[in-house]
Amino acid sequence: MADSNNHNSMYRFSIAPVFMFRWEESQQAHVLMYPEGIVKLNTTAGEILTRCNGTNTVDDIVHQLSELFSEQPEFIEPRVHQFLEVCHGKGWIQPQS
Amino acid sequence: MAKAGSNLNLDGQGNPVWLLLELTYKCPLKCAFCSNPTDLDTHEDELTTAEWKKVMHDARNMGAMQIGFSGGEPTLRKDLEELVADANDLGYYTNLITSGIGLTRKRLENLKKAGLRHIQLGFQSSDPQTAHWLAGVDCYEKKINMAREIKALGFPMVLNVPISSVNIHQVPEVIHLAADIGVEYLELANVQYYNWALVNRDQLMPTREALKAAEAQVAEARKQLGDRMTIFFVIPDYYEGRPKACMNGWGSIHLTIAPDGVVLPCSQARSLPGLNFPGVRDHNLRWIWHESESFNLYRGDSWMKEPCRSCSEKEQDFGGCRCQAMLLTGDAANADPACSKSLHHHIVQEAVTRALATKQDHNKLIARDVGWVPTEV
Repeated sequence: MADSNNHNSMYRFSIAPVFMFRWEESQQAHVLMYPEGIVKLNTTAGEILTRCNGTNTVDDIVHQLSELFSEQPEFIEPRVHQFLEVCHGKGWIQPQS
Repeated sequence: MAKAGSNLNLDGQGNPVWLLLELTYKCPLKCAFCSNPTDLDTHEDELTTAEWKKVMHDARNMGAMQIGFSGGEPTLRKDLEELVADANDLGYYTNLITSGIGLTRKRLENLKKAGLRHIQLGFQSSDPQTAHWLAGVDCYEKKINMAREIKALGFPMVLNVPISSVNIHQVPEVIHLAADIGVEYLELANVQYYNWALVNRDQLMPTREALKAAEAQVAEARKQLGDRMTIFFVIPDYYEGRPKACMNGWGSIHLTIAPDGVVLPCSQARSLPGLNFPGVRDHNLRWIWHESESFNLYRGDSWMKEPCRSCSEKEQDFGGCRCQAMLLTGDAANADPACSKSLHHHIVQEAVTRALATKQDHNKLIARDVGWVPTEV
């Protein structure tokens, strides 16, 4: 994969402080809460954000998800990158300095 | 009222998602646009700390995730910090909706420790004189100071500015001030005409031209500010021609508890005549939500009359606001007259015409003086 050497792969993301991310039993889903709003996440999104804990690199997340869903890292990688880009654009996550 | 920030149509799967606690109707301000009931004298019997805790616990068990502490002025309750801590432990995302009067650096620090996540500060104007006209008391300096303290403590913050003819010309200054304070979200919410705002409607209604100018100023500011601050501009439904998707539908995801424990589908519903809303002192919250007559009355769409019943937009706007339909047409099951398809839409148009023909004078604003408690500002 062209992206595998991309510097983004070594980024570590964490949930931005405005947001509260957790499992919500009543919705059977992960949710992201912020002032006056709630986002309900699907399973994959929830699994990716769970791993945005400031410790895992993007590369770690790709490998963990590829094991979790029994898919090749090459299949998972662009999807994880794309989702993290969306999350970053929405301000849900921030890179660790 | 549906907030601009809650753009996601989250399905509560039949359960409440939002819990709004109106801890007290008492307030140190006398805002002419206040949405609290106009007959406040009858509602003085506030729930105790233990009763509020039970409400929070029960609603959380039913699926509520977001909690708002509101009023009146919620900081007048000495147990606010204790309630916030309890809500945080229960797993709620905690929001404080305050005028800022009654807050101190010390209380903010304690609220932070208690787990408060976000503060929405009500704000009237970018200048002290106009703020006084609208709020009925001097409050500008105190609010600015509190806004800066809130940011200094790292709370995410919504600055909520009710917009009316009195302050609509100040939109650029308000945006500038909000950006300077460093708020994440600025909500320029055109006043909605219920309760005190309805009393003052002729004095508060802006012209269409003023709204267009404000909208253009907001668009320009969004371009300049980029991601630094999100600006919501909530159009007044009297001009919109489309009704608001009020509360995401009656008894759909919103649960409001009045100071005396009366359970409402929204804060304004108490003004609906002939409806007897049950309270948590007499009934189980789950029963009230699922079984009570008042919560089922306008739930879903079987109550709808024409033109709502066959309207292609009924899934989006739920026929608008039941309270507004009642207040303006005398029947809550009518289409919201803010809708251009409503047979009563002329009532809204006439109200606009009448308001714009009125000589607007801030001295004629009627201050909300019941429930007012003097507080050292």
